[in-house]
Amino acid sequence: MSATMSSPVMSNPIFREPETLGGAVREIEFRDAIREAMSEEMRRDKRVFLLGEEVAQYDGAYKVSKGMLAEFGERRIIDTPISESGFAGMAIGAAMMGLRPICEFMSWSFSLVAADPILNNAPKMLYMSGGQWGCPIVFRGNDGAGGQLGSTHSWCVEGLFSNVPGVKIVIPSCPADAKGLMKTAIRDDDPVFFLESERMLGNKGHVPEGEYLIPFGHAAVRRKGTDCTLCSWGRPVNFCLEAAEILAKEGISCEVIDLRTIRPLDLPTVVASVRKTNCAVVVDQSWSFSSPGGELAALIHKHCFDDLDNFVHRVHSDDVPTPYSSKLEQEYLPNVRKICEAVRAATYRA
Amino acid sequence: MSISQTPTPVVNGQPRKLPSLPAPTLVKWLRDMHLIREFEVRCMQSYQEKKIGGFCHVYIGQEAVAVGCVAAMKHEDPIVTAYRDHGHALARGMTSRACMAEMYGKVGGCAKGKGGSMHMFDRPNNLYGGHGIVGAQTPLGAGLAFGTKYEDEVVNGGKNRRVTLAFLGDGAVNQGAFYEAMNLAGLFDLPVIFIVENNGYSMGTAIHRGTTMSHDLCIKGRAHGLKEATIDGMDVLAVYQDMHALAEWCRENSRPAIVDMKCYRYKGHSMSDPRKYRTREEEERHESNDPIGKYERALLDHGVVTDESIKEIMKACREEVRDAIQFSNESPEPPMSDLYTDVFVEPWGRFTGSSQPEFTGGASNVCTFRATDGKEGLV
Repeated sequence: MSATMSSPVMSNPIFREPETLGGAVREIEFRDAIREAMSEEMRRDKRVFLLGEEVAQYDGAYKVSKGMLAEFGERRIIDTPISESGFAGMAIGAAMMGLRPICEFMSWSFSLVAADPILNNAPKMLYMSGGQWGCPIVFRGNDGAGGQLGSTHSWCVEGLFSNVPGVKIVIPSCPADAKGLMKTAIRDDDPVFFLESERMLGNKGHVPEGEYLIPFGHAAVRRKGTDCTLCSWGRPVNFCLEAAEILAKEGISCEVIDLRTIRPLDLPTVVASVRKTNCAVVVDQSWSFSSPGGELAALIHKHCFDDLDNFVHRVHSDDVPTPYSSKLEQEYLPNVRKICEAVRAATYRA
Repeated sequence: MSISQTPTPVVNGQPRKLPSLPAPTLVKWLRDMHLIREFEVRCMQSYQEKKIGGFCHVYIGQEAVAVGCVAAMKHEDPIVTAYRDHGHALARGMTSRACMAEMYGKVGGCAKGKGGSMHMFDRPNNLYGGHGIVGAQTPLGAGLAFGTKYEDEVVNGGKNRRVTLAFLGDGAVNQGAFYEAMNLAGLFDLPVIFIVENNGYSMGTAIHRGTTMSHDLCIKGRAHGLKEATIDGMDVLAVYQDMHALAEWCRENSRPAIVDMKCYRYKGHSMSDPRKYRTREEEERHESNDPIGKYERALLDHGVVTDESIKEIMKACREEVRDAIQFSNESPEPPMSDLYTDVFVEPWGRFTGSSQPEFTGGASNVCTFRATDGKEGLV
């Protein structure tokens, strides 16, 4: 499915796309996929450990780490107090010492009180030390709107954090990717922000048996099409696929690209598609102003300037704090209707 | 263990008791203190000459703290500190050349000119950085201790054998991160010592104006169950002896501690500080309790040094720092290509680290370096 299977990175045998593994269909939840990845890596490497609020005795606030305390014990599955600035900083210190922490934020919204360690320490340590110390750490947790959580608990932090050099930002859209990307994140020597969605943790999908790691910076083409390229990452990829179904019935053929990581960003896959479709719509759950979606649109404009039949249209969350009301929240998010409207406008079918 | 509550004078005219260490070790402490002071004096000159840019915080007056603390530890014990970090770096063994060249922003610096005065990193000497954000290094210190303990106990299945020193200023005791770090250290039995270098001022704010219960900063650790020590930071012998006892207790028990290290910063907070918030009389009172002079007298009393050998030490320090300045002047500016290195360790994927999309011929969308018509520049 990936458009970039022949790249030098994919020739590294540790990297495989999940669909190349074959075997029987095995449907598991998104949360199970993340747990499998963490558990496999912890079995492989004693330096990997998990810390965060309620990850151990409670089995994880969202049951992502269910059963891990029983397998790995309290020295490696560590309940922290509600103290994000402290335990994020502590995890970074441990990473400098050569450990490989997985630091769970129950919600990325809570990472804002840990902004200093995760933005000032982790991504800059390698640079400021002139290459002496990196920071091999994974920060992970729920990102974006859950279900009526209100404004303070619904942050899409990629809108803020993707601005910072030195971090890798992974936003998977399906269980199989979540597993392969998490394994890569844990083995990566740089700080990785791994953004999950509470709304997707129960989503089921085929996750093959057997080991595979998905490289960063390699988009997946989820649906082939000829009229418009839909670019997205994380939960909205699923909305794009729904929209593409609807639009197909209207005679608009959409190619859906799942970027999977926004830092690094697989621009060639996007550019190749846009050069074919001559049309692009970017769907990004973060707010529009200074967003990764805005960045991608600018890159498409730069690299596909002569290929585009229309400017790049964008679908974001509305530029307001996240509302509580279910009706308002659904309207606020980049939903299927908004995506369909954007594609129709971009293809002059509105 | 005995903790010095007050400056330790010559008791009843008797010479100070020296620790039973080889004379060269005792002389090295004096040399290190002289080196730091000479280094900082020349830093101030270089700053005025605009050879050093940005912020620059000198350590003059507090030399006994870094030297005594480092002497009390093993080389494998990690150290992390704040932005007033030249003294810790030199005491830990960073060369004057690497330290000065870093401030000059030259490739010969400890971080190739990428860190600057506030960010001294020295991997061979287990110095995990000066850190510029007040208090931010304290959770890192807890993490270093977590890391050593985890490595010793979980990875290697043995007993904890290292203790981390996390230095902070008295201004940092009001940062939330510090309290979180102390709580985690207490909770997880982390072998870390938070050393509050209490020089009485957070920038220009006298400690009682910004800190409650400022007469005893150990109180700040009591709520978290930390071992406490108040130490005379103007006396290298007291610092060494008390810190050594404390560190060995932390090592043995794998528990954290807090130190109220009473000291005084002779100069301003940074180079731009006119020190209008305190009197010259106050400064003179502390300067008359100078840690270097006091230690020299103790060594002279025991015949460990002579007036002549002290002069030799000072001359050697002057020469070392002069050499460091010459080295820093001559060390090349970083090549423009260094701007783009050390962002990522692992360039997996085509877009991380130094690599760029193939089809753009090496240039990406923003601020990318490339060679055009033989010149280097930004496009």
